[in-house]
Amino acid sequence: MKLPTPPAVRTTATKSPPPMKTVVRRLKFESELDLSFGEHVAERAYGQKLLSCIQCGTCSATCPLSQYMDYTPRRIIAMTREGFKDEVLNSLTIWLCASCYACTVQCPREIHITDVMYALKREAIARGFYPARNPIPVLAKAFFERVRHDGRNTESRLLITLYLRTNPFKMLKEALLGFHLFRTGRLTLKKEKIKGMKEFRTMIDSAGPQKEAVPL
Amino acid sequence: MSYLYFPGCSLRSTGRPYEESILAVFRKLDIPLTELDDWNCCGATAYVSIDENKAFTLAARNLALAERMHSNGNAGEDLMAPCSACYLVLEKTQHYIKTDEGVKRDVTAALQRGGFDYKGTTKVRHPLDILVNDIGLERIAKAVVRPMKGINVACYYGCQVVRPFETFDHAAYPTTMDRLVTALGARAIDWPMKARCCGGSLTGTIQEAGLRLNRALLLEATKRGANVILTCCPLCQHNLECYQKRINRRFGESINIPVAYFTQFIGLALGIPPKELGIQRLFIPLKFAETPGKEAHAHA
Repeated sequence: MKLPTPPAVRTTATKSPPPMKTVVRRLKFESELDLSFGEHVAERAYGQKLLSCIQCGTCSATCPLSQYMDYTPRRIIAMTREGFKDEVLNSLTIWLCASCYACTVQCPREIHITDVMYALKREAIARGFYPARNPIPVLAKAFFERVRHDGRNTESRLLITLYLRTNPFKMLKEALLGFHLFRTGRLTLKKEKIKGMKEFRTMIDSAGPQKEAVPL
Repeated sequence: MSYLYFPGCSLRSTGRPYEESILAVFRKLDIPLTELDDWNCCGATAYVSIDENKAFTLAARNLALAERMHSNGNAGEDLMAPCSACYLVLEKTQHYIKTDEGVKRDVTAALQRGGFDYKGTTKVRHPLDILVNDIGLERIAKAVVRPMKGINVACYYGCQVVRPFETFDHAAYPTTMDRLVTALGARAIDWPMKARCCGGSLTGTIQEAGLRLNRALLLEATKRGANVILTCCPLCQHNLECYQKRINRRFGESINIPVAYFTQFIGLALGIPPKELGIQRLFIPLKFAETPGKEAHAHA
């Protein structure tokens, strides 16, 4: 994730003026919004309380990551409720949420904001609404496959899969840390696996019906 | 008093010293632990981002295994999960099975196809809760052979052990670990960031954001004079310890503070040899671990 680079400092007046910025602002009318989106998400995040948000901003103030988000949690709630589906599902906010539940316990309306973020992540992953190399959906998917396969997660193997699928060069950057963990006996390639694999897969594969399968 | 023990995947890898110290401390206090037979991954925060029903089913299999082991008379009914993420996922699954009809129906049906008949009796507990509220500070204090005098501790709880359910402590200002280290003779420093998030897996995914969260925590603990940060979660420990060098390089800081598990700290106070507690596995050495204070000699 790159931070925006500051504009270069212009030293002399002889240089040509910067090109005019084209700012595209467009009105969005109700017909372009997905008005059922709010209710759809609320249903998946335990309770219609999402719709009763009073926009107080306590969630944004509590969130340790809101300063790095493109939309603060308060705005995400408002936009979800009003049906700005594309903007919400394309936002960085839902991927930055680290599920620390700080907002959820402080919310005066008792909205399960962390569960809302999870519901939005699921929608975004199911609909492919994320940049190809965004590591978080890739990590989630790799984790999902590994656990379905073995019943347990082997951290070292999961990380190798993550780097191969996102940025193999990053693996070199992390190699020293990996070596130190290995040296202190805190990283092993040995696979963790459960015994009752057959019943396990029957259970996981049959779990459902998946609520998310309902078309928007 | 006996407990079922759910290690979780982290305690078999990066969190290995956590498992070693938990087992050593419970052995020393004579509290039997039985490992949950054939436990599976709890699903962490990633599984629920893909499919909620599968995530609940995954976690519920462990709850059902625990219930089965308890009803066969093999262990107590409390399932101890030391990793904060495992603890919360299991707790949350139990909570939604009890409160949401839809989740209960779907999960029960999936479990039945795997041959489980889950009644919902398993209780999920964290070792911090068990040590302080079941075993009790009095009993632990009595077992101390090496009071941790003169050590300033920053107790770091992280997020998921207290939030969102506040099962055994306050969501924003918990005190359980502070009381525990005080009983061991150390001084718990007062700091407002004890339950602020470390970013979890962000250090591996959106690292620029993850490093900033950890930097804030490390600076505050150092500024307030802590000699060590104690954690109760393998991911918090990993983030706070393993990225210190990178944070120093990236932001021009000079942070150097050991980060250990609270169970390692208890173990040292109870006179357990550092090797059995996995102290040698820490990146930043715990200087006071190897040099017992005067008090230890007086007891010997």
